[in-house]
Amino acid sequence: MAKTMKHVDAVCVGMGWTGSIMARELTKAGLTVVGLERGANRTPAENFVLPTVRDELKYRLRLDTMLDTSVETITMRHEPGETALPMRRWETFNMGDGLGGSGLHWNGITWRFAPSEFVLRSHLTQRYGKNAIPADVTIQDWGITYDELEPHYDRFEKLCGVSGKAGNLKGQIVEGGNPFEGPRQNEYPNKPLILSQGGAMFMKAAQGLGYHPFQTPASNSSAPYTNPEGLTIGQCQYCGHCEFFGCESNAKASPNVCVLPALMRDSKFELRTDSYVSRLIYDKHARKVTGVVYIDRRTGEEITQTADIVILSAYPFNNTLLLLLAGIGQPYDPHTGKGTVGKNYCYQTIGGVSLFVEEEINPWIGTGTSAASIDDFQADNFDHGGLGFFGGGYICVSGSGGRPIQVRATPPGTPRWGTAWKEANAKWYNHNLSLTSHGCNYAHRNNYLDLDPTYKDAIGRPLVRQTYNYRDNDYKMSAYVTAKAAEIAKAMGAKIVNPPQPRTGNFGATNGQATHHTGGCIMGTDPKTSVVNRYLQNWNASNLFVMGGAVYPQNAGHNPTGTMGALAYWSANAIVNQYLKSPGALVHA
Amino acid sequence: MVDQTIPRRNFLKGAGVAGTAVAATLSSGLAACADGQTPSAAAAKPATPPSEPLLTLTPGEAAFLSAVYDTFIPADQFSPSGTDCGLVVYIDRQLAGAWGQGARFYRMGPFLPGKPEQGYQLPLTPREYFANGIAAANAWSRKTYGTPFDQLSPADRDAALKTMDGGKAEFVDFNSKRFLETLYQSAMEGFFADPIYGGNRDKVSWKMVNYPGLPATYATKAAEYRGKKVNLSPQSIADLN
Ligand SMILES: Cc1cc2nc3c(=O)[nH]c(=O)nc-3n(C[C@H](O)[C@H](O)[C@H](O)COP(=O)(O)OP(=O)(O)OC[C@H]3O[C@@H](n4cnc5c(N)ncnc54)[C@H](O)[C@@H]3O)c2cc1C
Repeated sequence: MAKTMKHVDAVCVGMGWTGSIMARELTKAGLTVVGLERGANRTPAENFVLPTVRDELKYRLRLDTMLDTSVETITMRHEPGETALPMRRWETFNMGDGLGGSGLHWNGITWRFAPSEFVLRSHLTQRYGKNAIPADVTIQDWGITYDELEPHYDRFEKLCGVSGKAGNLKGQIVEGGNPFEGPRQNEYPNKPLILSQGGAMFMKAAQGLGYHPFQTPASNSSAPYTNPEGLTIGQCQYCGHCEFFGCESNAKASPNVCVLPALMRDSKFELRTDSYVSRLIYDKHARKVTGVVYIDRRTGEEITQTADIVILSAYPFNNTLLLLLAGIGQPYDPHTGKGTVGKNYCYQTIGGVSLFVEEEINPWIGTGTSAASIDDFQADNFDHGGLGFFGGGYICVSGSGGRPIQVRATPPGTPRWGTAWKEANAKWYNHNLSLTSHGCNYAHRNNYLDLDPTYKDAIGRPLVRQTYNYRDNDYKMSAYVTAKAAEIAKAMGAKIVNPPQPRTGNFGATNGQATHHTGGCIMGTDPKTSVVNRYLQNWNASNLFVMGGAVYPQNAGHNPTGTMGALAYWSANAIVNQYLKSPGALVHA
Repeated sequence: MVDQTIPRRNFLKGAGVAGTAVAATLSSGLAACADGQTPSAAAAKPATPPSEPLLTLTPGEAAFLSAVYDTFIPADQFSPSGTDCGLVVYIDRQLAGAWGQGARFYRMGPFLPGKPEQGYQLPLTPREYFANGIAAANAWSRKTYGTPFDQLSPADRDAALKTMDGGKAEFVDFNSKRFLETLYQSAMEGFFADPIYGGNRDKVSWKMVNYPGLPATYATKAAEYRGKKVNLSPQSIADLN
C-alpha cells in the first residue's frame, strides 16, 4: 500500500525559482508547506567551488546540472499528423533539474516585459485594425496589466539584487536606461555592471544610429548586496562562466542563494528532494486537487502527499503533463481550436550576426548578461504598419564569456581545420563579437503540447509531445530585427561582418538556443480560452495554482524569468490576502 | 563484436602495407604505446598513437583517431599534433566513461530515422557510435583508396575528411557527414577543454588563442583590462587545485 504523509497546508511541485518563491510566501503567511523536487539537493558552497566550477566540458558540453534525458525528455515534431521523436539528448535547449531548478544555472538576464505585451491582442487590434492579426496567430491578452504587476517585478528585482539603470522612473524618462520600459516605482537595487569593451562599442554605435542603448539588467550583482530576505549576495567576478554553471561567489541570483536559506530555517517548511511527482489527485466533483503522488527516487516507493493548496511549479512541460494526466481541463485540439490544456506553446525566435573587430575584446571577462542592449525594435515599440509581422526583440552584444570550446568564431572562408584554421583562431579569438536579435514567439494555432502516444519516461508516464515550428510571423520578425543588428555591427567599425543569420528553416532539436518555453497552461479571462485565471488559479480546481512560463499566452521578446518571478509574487499575494480568507474561485467566469 | 574485431582486422591488414615514408612519421613516444600489442604490429603502425595505455579504444581505432586528429590539428608553429596534445587519450577516456557508455541518453525505442531536425535517433551509445563509424570509415577508405584511413598520406587524409565533410563519402549504412561532425566536435573538445581531461596538454590551445583559463576573477580588473591586450599565463584546474 502506498505510503501517505501527514497532511499539509500546501505542497509545491518543483523547487526552482517559482516553487521556492511560493513556498517562502506561503510559509511566511503561516502555512505548513512541503517542497517536492525531482532532482538532487545541492548548495553552491558544496557543489560549485573553485577551481572545478570552471569546467566548460563538464557543465556546458556534458550538461552536468541539467535533467538526465534517460529519466525524462520530450518528443518533438513540426506539424500535427507527423510522428514525433524523442530528444534523446539535449542538443538545443536544456531542462533544469535539482534544487533551484534552472534558476541555479541560468544567466540572470532579468527583464520586465513591455506594457503592451500584457494586452497584446487588444493593443494590436486597436492600433492596426480588427483584421490585422492573422487567424492562425492565436495571441491573447493576459488578463493582467503591467501596472498591476509592477510592484511584484520590483519585489523580484530586489530579491535578486538586479544590477541595472532605470529608464522610466514613475513616468520620467531617465538618461542611460531603457526608455521603452514601463514606468517603475524604484531604481534597480544595484548599479549596472562594469561595461565590457564590446558593450562600449555597441553603445556608441547604437547611439550614433539614433537608437537608445542601455546596459542589460542583470541578476549578477555589481556589488555585495543584502536582499529583503536578509540573505547576502556576493559581487560578480566577471568570470565568464555564468550560464550553465553554478556561481562560486554567490553573485548570481538563484533560489539557492536568494530564497532557500531563509526558507530552510522556517520550521513550517519541509524540503524533500529526489521526490518525483508522478500525478495529481483530482476530485472532479469537488473541483479540487486533493494532493499529489510522488516516487521517492532513492527507494522507488510511491508516496501520497495531501494538501489544501497545490502549487505546480515544475516548468511548462511538467506543469502541462500533470494537468493532462489528471484530466484537469480539456486538452487543446489544433483541428477545432477547442480545448485549452497544451494550447499556445511558444518558444523564442533568436537570430544573430558575428563580427570581427580590431579592438581587444578580452571575451573571457564576462558576466551572465549581454553587456548592452537596445529595445527600439522590441514589442510594439516601433510602427509595424506594412511590415507584415508583429512583435520584435531586443538586440544585444555578446558578453557572457570566451569559453574556448564554444566561443571561437572565425571569418568566412576560414578552413575548418589545419594550420590556417589555427592561425585564424589565434588571430580572431580576441577580436570577435556577436550581436543577438532576441525575438518574441507569438502563438500559432498548430504549436501546442500534448501526450506522446508512444514514448514514456523513467517512471512510466507518457512523454510530453511538442508540436512546434517557427511560423511566418517569426521568420519575418527575425529577418527584420536581425538586419537591424547587422547595421549596428557595421556601425561598430567591424573589419568583417558575417552574413546576418536570422531564424530560417524548421525548428531543430540540434541547434543550441535558449531554454525559454512558455504556454500550455495559459492565463486569461475566459475558461474557454485559458487554463488559469489572472491569479494563476486553475479554472477547474480552485486550490490549484500554476506557475512559470506555462501561463504566458505567448512569449515576448525578452527573456522570461523576470516576469515569472513577478507573477509568482502576484499569485502568492492573491492566495494570502484573498484565497485564504475564503477558499474558492477568485474569479467567477 | 563489430566494435572490436573489425577495426582490429583493419589494423592488421594495414600493418602489412605500411611503407617506410609513413613509418618515418613515428613519434618517439611510440615504444611505450603498444599496450597489449605485439612489437612488430606496433612498429608497423603508421599513425602516431599516444604513448599512454588506453582504456577502451582498440589499437586500430586509436590509429584511426590519431590520424584524424593529426589532420585536424597538425604539428606546426601553433601546437604539436593532435595526438601529441593528448586528443586520443581524451576521447579514449570519454568513451570509456559514463558519457561514452550512454549515460544521460534516452534509449527507448522505437528507433526511427526521423528528420534531421529531430536530432540523434540511433540506438548507439557514443562508444558504439565511434566503433561503427570508424569501421564504416575504414571500409570506405579501403574501397576508395585501397587502405584504411590511417595508412593514407597526409594529403589523402585531408581530402578524405573533406569528402566526408561535404557529405559525399558513401559509407555503408552510416551517415558520413554526421560522423565527421562527431569526430570534429570531439577534436574541439579535446583540444580546448581543461587539460584535466587528457587533451590540451600544457594548455597549448589556450596559449594559442591567449585564453587565460582560471581562476577568472576579474571584478577588480574588468575596467583596467578593457580594450587592452593582456597576456596572462593560462591556469588550469590542476594548477589551482
Ligand atoms: C542555461 C540557461 C540559461 C538561462 N538564462 C536565463 C536568463 O538569463 N534570463 C532569463 O530570464 N531566463 C533564463 N533561463 C530560463 C530560466 O532558468 C527559467 O525561466 C526559470 O528557471 C524557470 O523557473 P521555474 O520555477 O518555472 O522552473 P525551474 O527553475 O526549471 O524549476 C522547476 C523545477 O521543477 C522540478 N520538477 C519538474 N518536474 C517535476 C516533477 N514531476 N516532480 C518534482 N519536481 C519536478 C525540476 O527538477 C526543477 O527543479 C535560462 C535557462 C537555462 C537552462
